[in-house]
Amino acid sequence: MIPAAFDYRRAGSADDAFAQLQKLGGDARVLAGGQSLIPAMRFRLARPSVLVDINGVAELDYITMNGALTLGAIARDSAVERASWIGERGWSLIHDVSRVVADPVVRQMGTVVGSLCHNDPSGDWPAVALAARAEMVVRGKDGQRTVPIDQFLVDSFTTAVQEGEMALAVRFPAPDDRTAGSYQKVERKVGDYATAAAAVQVSLNADGTVRGAGIALSSAGPCAVRVTDAEALLKGQTPTADLIRAAGEAAAKQSDPQADLRGSVEYKKNLAGVLVSRGLRQALARLGVQS
Amino acid sequence: MSTDTTIKGSLGVPMKRKEDPRFIQGKGNYVDDLSFPGMLYMALVRSPYPHAEIAGIDISEAMKVPGVVAVITGKDLEAAGLGWLPTFHGLDKQMVLAIGKVLFQYQEVAAVFAESRGAAADGAEAVQVDYNPLPVVADPFTSKKDEVLLRPDREAKTNHIYHWEVGDRDRTDQALQASEKRIRQRMWFPRCHPAPLEPCGCVAQFDKMGRLHFHVTSQAPHVYRTAVSLVTGIPEDKIHVISPDIGGGFGNKVPVYPGYVCAIVGALKIGRPVKWIESRTENLTSTGFARDYHMDVEIGAKADGTVTALKVSTTADHGAFDAAADPSKYPAGMFGIVTGSYTFPTAHAEVDAFFTNKAPGGIAYRCSFRVTEASFAIERGMDILADELGMDPVELRRKNFVKKEQFPFPSVLGFTYDSGDYHKTLEVALEKIGYQALLKEQAEKRAKGELMGIGISTFTEVVGAGPSKHFDILGIKMFDSAEIRIHPTGSGIVRTGAKSQGQGHETTWAQIVAEELGLDPQNILVEEGDTDTAPYGLGTYASRSTPTAGAALAMAARRVRERARKIAAHLLEVGEGDVEWKDYKFQVKGVPAKSVTMKEVAFAAYTNMGQNEPGLEATQYYDPPNMTFPHGAYIAVVDVDRDTGEVKVRRFLAVDDCGTIINPMIVEGQVHGGLTEGFAIAFMQEIQYDKDGNNLNTNFTDYLVPTSLETPHWETAHTVTPSPHHPIGAKGVGESPNVGSPAAFVNAVVDALSPLGVRHIEMPVTRDKVWRAIRDAEAKKGQS
Repeated sequence: MIPAAFDYRRAGSADDAFAQLQKLGGDARVLAGGQSLIPAMRFRLARPSVLVDINGVAELDYITMNGALTLGAIARDSAVERASWIGERGWSLIHDVSRVVADPVVRQMGTVVGSLCHNDPSGDWPAVALAARAEMVVRGKDGQRTVPIDQFLVDSFTTAVQEGEMALAVRFPAPDDRTAGSYQKVERKVGDYATAAAAVQVSLNADGTVRGAGIALSSAGPCAVRVTDAEALLKGQTPTADLIRAAGEAAAKQSDPQADLRGSVEYKKNLAGVLVSRGLRQALARLGVQS
Repeated sequence: MSTDTTIKGSLGVPMKRKEDPRFIQGKGNYVDDLSFPGMLYMALVRSPYPHAEIAGIDISEAMKVPGVVAVITGKDLEAAGLGWLPTFHGLDKQMVLAIGKVLFQYQEVAAVFAESRGAAADGAEAVQVDYNPLPVVADPFTSKKDEVLLRPDREAKTNHIYHWEVGDRDRTDQALQASEKRIRQRMWFPRCHPAPLEPCGCVAQFDKMGRLHFHVTSQAPHVYRTAVSLVTGIPEDKIHVISPDIGGGFGNKVPVYPGYVCAIVGALKIGRPVKWIESRTENLTSTGFARDYHMDVEIGAKADGTVTALKVSTTADHGAFDAAADPSKYPAGMFGIVTGSYTFPTAHAEVDAFFTNKAPGGIAYRCSFRVTEASFAIERGMDILADELGMDPVELRRKNFVKKEQFPFPSVLGFTYDSGDYHKTLEVALEKIGYQALLKEQAEKRAKGELMGIGISTFTEVVGAGPSKHFDILGIKMFDSAEIRIHPTGSGIVRTGAKSQGQGHETTWAQIVAEELGLDPQNILVEEGDTDTAPYGLGTYASRSTPTAGAALAMAARRVRERARKIAAHLLEVGEGDVEWKDYKFQVKGVPAKSVTMKEVAFAAYTNMGQNEPGLEATQYYDPPNMTFPHGAYIAVVDVDRDTGEVKVRRFLAVDDCGTIINPMIVEGQVHGGLTEGFAIAFMQEIQYDKDGNNLNTNFTDYLVPTSLETPHWETAHTVTPSPHHPIGAKGVGESPNVGSPAAFVNAVVDALSPLGVRHIEMPVTRDKVWRAIRDAEAKKGQS
């Protein structure tokens, strides 16, 4: 449980961090909350030659709420959990997830952007970012660019962040007052990876039909899964019990989990469907629609 | 005389734990807190293969790592005659570092000594070991076939380690044949691990005169001293074992592990102190596991539910070495307690143990040697029988309980239960949980298709090993001891042969002495774990501290009191026969006004003792005449989610009878801790291996320890049936909740699923298993 030897640099500013990454190249890793990276280093699964620590960079530690929600690179999970806006209906997906990410101790240090950059297929934030149609702000050689989340999450533990680049923020678009969400997670214990989890966000038209739905799964494949079939099923329809069941079935079908100590493939697929249906029912209930 | 300083009634008081201010302020003194000048760190190279021949070990790269001082291998140890280590019950021996081949994944292969922890880890990584993989035996049923012989070093060329049996086989078979109702169920108590939060570790250090000072996380420091002497040949007077504060043991810190021997050898060879602290992975993968019993349980009964016979045949998986820390004459521990709380006219139990390519162990995890397995077998079996008979499991238990007037009760498998009142304890539990209301609620829920279960476990334990005619470890009889010294000002120091690892001895021992002597428990210092100062004892495990060391302590205190009586007579200027101990002080018979307190006597013992021997001390070694038999009635209430298989433990009530209670708050804490472990065992814990012998639970991500967020709310209550042979009537409680609760949890889940036709479900009761059981049961119903 002792990491291999590594160098450590403490960045003084975002510019400094970026400059160091450019200089140090591929063996350097950004250290944000460190809740995944440090355990991986202790098991010697990750052996970066140098860490660039951004924890002291005050300009990256922010949560701004300006219709849309932007979280800086070292905004902690716990800060999101405690934020005052979180009780608003439109942010119910974020509200839910902020209370079940890992465990309370990990949330104290862990960051949302760090979790998205880690892109663990069993992480909570990638599925939530897909359902909420978030976008990432990435700094590269040619300056800042904005990357839609579907393009950002490339594959297991792989994102659109290239060598020498760093993610600066995540941005969640502003929901309207006919939007609500839900995060449903089954885990063996607090702090465990999800056995299965479903992120759901629904927007309704004035006539009660679905204007748009974001549905995504965690622990259901090599990367967080957007359940496109369920999203398509719901669009333009009046939500009914049958429709919700069908959306769940689509999710079960599209989920592609691996058997492990958390459960068999068939159990996890079943669970994905159950959780999507439950999430939809809860999101709709938050909009005053019983289904 | 002077003002009355008598402290009255320290027994039964929920005194705050004296050790807690130290622990909660981070001022504990654990092995890893120790540092000595020139100290080196040791890291172990471990096998990635479960079974492989070692073709060669190349240490040259490791020796080049900056800071690495030395590397030792099995060959080095073998040359020094230290290649093998005897296991505690003497039935087997264990490799210290692999010799010729490895027998389980993570087995110790080489030890690296370095200037820092990091250098030791880098050095261990640089040791090159050339392995030739061999066929793997990953379960005892494959092992049984003897197609691959795992231990050619042994005389008997078989993987079968031992056969043990107790009871009357023929009579039991006949009774089962003749029974009107007969049930049979295979049940597996999975391999689990005590997983103390502090892993094992030590610091070995030889002083300038060549004396070994060995700080170690040991539940039995005196046994370690003797074992180290026997293994290394160092005279026992040249060995000083110190167990400082221990962060949980639960049986895991009873065995002597290979790392300890390596650290001692390293310290001797290099001439510098050596520290070795396990990682979490090392603790989970190589130190003593528990359980792993495959049990075939058969019960015969009359149609009215009266039980007529019990038969249990067990296949045990002991791993690569039989390192179970059982008493010598009991290779399967106290498994004979399997008749539980019931009057079986005949019974038979047998255990066959086998080697496999898994970590060695079979230790008593918060359990008095296989009592947990036995309790699970009988309590699960009784529920299956009730189900088959269509009888309320409460009614079945009531009908077959040993009655209170039958104590002392000779069980058909050879124990003499000391005392108990099973009917009363169960009634208290039923009343407190509101059993009738729960049954009504359950019927209503079932009508709506909801799954609610009620599970009962009414177990009997056997603890306090034990009487010298039956119990020994490495030949050393399992007595225990206590020594008391009262200082001139009425405070004192107490030492015992036990060793607290969180049990609260610093408080309860002080309470026993204070109760016997009328002194202030706050001023009774308790010191344990130092073999230079403490009297010889066998340590703390198997709920034995209070039944053995606690008894010795009460008796030593009474010896002190008898010596004090002589001094009191001198002070009161009467004959000794005229002095009585009453109301926590000495008084002249019939003249309450003429009295002296123990504090006054203590001062006189050093300043004005008259013709009496100065000082006020006593030592007592205690050989218990019998074991003690705590019992309890536990009830679990669960709700099961059909769609996800999630089980919510809505309520759990534990009514324990551990005899006289010394400190009710500590007892409650023990019960909470043990229930939480029982909950984890029932629902989440299993050391799982794949078919190739790879350990799948190598850290706390995959071996689950519940937090406060998962743990149910515990309700507790007590009945008190004192032990007739223990000086204060206490029985021991540490293990009851771990022993009794798994069956209650599983019985509740099976009860919830019983309308679907589910009869048994194996631990750990995971969501996947529950969901599958529901799906399969519904599919079966659909077909019929």
